[in-house]
Amino acid sequence: MNREKVIFAFFIVLALTLNFGFFVGDTGNPDHHNVYELYAAIVVSLIATVLKFGDRTHIGAVLLATSLVADLQLVAAAIVWGAAEHIMVNGMTESVMASVVSLSAGALLANITSVILLMVETIMIRR
Amino acid sequence: MNHILFVLLRRLRTPLITVIVVYAVSILGFVLIPGVDDEGNVWRMDFFHAFYFVSFMGSTIGFGEIPYAFTDGQRMWTIVTIYATVISWLYGIGKMLSIFQDQAFIRLMNRLSFVRDVKRLREPFYLVCGYGMTGARVVEQLSKRGIQSVIVDIDRERIDALETDEIDFSVPGLCADASQPDVLSEAGLESPYCVGVLPLTDHDTVNLAISIASKLIAPDRPVICRTESDITTANLASFGTDHIIDPFVTYAEYLALALHSPYKHLAYDWLTNPEHRSITSAYQETQGRWVICGYGRFGRALYQSFKDTPVELTIIDYDRSRVCEEIDFVEGLGTEAVTLDEARIRDAVGLIAGTDDDANNLSIIMTALELNPKLITVARQNLSSNARVFDAARTDLVMEPSRIIANNILSLIKTSLLGVFLDEMVHRRDDVWAHELVNRMSTVAGDQELDSWAFTVDPECTPALSKALEEGKVVDLSLFQEDPRGMNRHLSAFPLMLKRGEQVKLLPDESTEVQAGDAILFCGLSGAFHQMQWTVSNFNVFSHVIGDTDGQGGWLARWYRKKKLS
Repeated sequence: MNREKVIFAFFIVLALTLNFGFFVGDTGNPDHHNVYELYAAIVVSLIATVLKFGDRTHIGAVLLATSLVADLQLVAAAIVWGAAEHIMVNGMTESVMASVVSLSAGALLANITSVILLMVETIMIRR
Repeated sequence: MNHILFVLLRRLRTPLITVIVVYAVSILGFVLIPGVDDEGNVWRMDFFHAFYFVSFMGSTIGFGEIPYAFTDGQRMWTIVTIYATVISWLYGIGKMLSIFQDQAFIRLMNRLSFVRDVKRLREPFYLVCGYGMTGARVVEQLSKRGIQSVIVDIDRERIDALETDEIDFSVPGLCADASQPDVLSEAGLESPYCVGVLPLTDHDTVNLAISIASKLIAPDRPVICRTESDITTANLASFGTDHIIDPFVTYAEYLALALHSPYKHLAYDWLTNPEHRSITSAYQETQGRWVICGYGRFGRALYQSFKDTPVELTIIDYDRSRVCEEIDFVEGLGTEAVTLDEARIRDAVGLIAGTDDDANNLSIIMTALELNPKLITVARQNLSSNARVFDAARTDLVMEPSRIIANNILSLIKTSLLGVFLDEMVHRRDDVWAHELVNRMSTVAGDQELDSWAFTVDPECTPALSKALEEGKVVDLSLFQEDPRGMNRHLSAFPLMLKRGEQVKLLPDESTEVQAGDAILFCGLSGAFHQMQWTVSNFNVFSHVIGDTDGQGGWLARWYRKKKLS
């Protein structure tokens, strides 16, 4: 058992599950989307990215790329959320919530890609 | 560069994750702990405010408790997070700094920047392996001629010295083992701009490895190798090393030349040595018995090259077994008057102090001069830092291996024709001829450094001259001696040799006609070289020198002239 692999797989899958948990629900309805879940998704996704730093294998580089995409989408969603709550006059509206959720949906796709790559890598290992 | 980024990122993994986790926990804490707003209502920070607060607190900027004064619960959490974030930052930054100071990392950086420098070179360069006394001298002289070099040495200190040495431009240097093909390849062995390889390290095996690698990768590229044993010399010659320089053999031959033909020796010295000797120093009283102290490599080489000259030899050495029977031999160091007396120093004409210890050599010379003040003395100088002492000892000749190798290499690099000329002179001409040559050199150069250079008459090297020849103009060698800056003035230079096909002609006449494909060797002051380059390369200067006014100027001037005439 490779400890490093366990930790990385844990974080990659956790990022996907958290993101999915945030994403499900009515797209425009703020009650269906928990801010804590988004927060946890961002933190876990960041950690997963750092874990891939300095990996020189080809699949490692692609995994770094996909998790960077997920980070970017999630941070963008958080910025939109923060801006709506504190800067915009109207506050959190349905349309803003929809754009936050759609951004996180993009991140979800990136997370799914990561997990697929992870599975491919696992399947390719022959002992 | 990618490589470095990977190393950096991999080592920064732990500190970065630490920072992320500490921030995440701190922010979450502030979001969860209830506060009170200015009207006394319960108020919770949201993620936006919490991130804002932790950001400025963590970096110890500290704007105060905003947006509302904190409750005691929040303050308690702040105390915890201040220490946590500051420590995690310090840990991260410290880790990053330690990576930058890590010796392995610095070596990696240096190597990468060296490789980049070499790759960026867009001019011909020589690959010099070994930056000791010889290497440093060669690189310095090359830089004076505007030739770039790339250096590999195994000694860190020597590469560091490169920064402070007097070189006119920056020369890339790498601290690595040059006998490894990887290192050579990084130093530009495969580069099309590498025009020659100079293995000059102290170790014959390393020189051998470099020469072989170079000959395998680029068979046509010249290799000038230093060697110190006959076995290596034979080995190097077996795979076609272009020039092999054994300092001891070279100097022994040089000295033998000085003994039997002093003017040939002077001409040789003027052409190869930048600090040549005055014309009066040609030795007349050299026939007789010579005493050699030390029968090591140098002594043996001397004995070999003196064998054919009408010179008697007496050898002083502390080890009887190194000398074969028929040589006149005295056992001892030679530093004491007794030994020198035993070697009959009082009726000898010359003394060669050739041991591998500088102090001993000086002592031998001084003792011997007390016994016989008329002696011609030759001292072997092993360390170049002792130059001052050897100057003060006023020996007639000093043999310094590093200088000999450097001078030889430079005369080979300047032009390959010089080697041909010297060979012709030494083996086919007599001393009277050489005397005339030296007189001519002396009128041209005086006390200044005599330089030598060559032109090949082809469109690349001499565009203006080649075009004129193509147009059917008749040009003779006197053209080269015209000073383009003024009519009827001559440059301080004269042609040494003309090579046409396989034929060579020494000291060609000025009225010799120039043909395409000729290679002409000149000697003179280096200033004359630059003027000569103007004449043969620039069409206008060329037309001016041969007195052809029609060809001068750009197309506008020519058009105007034509118009005026018609």
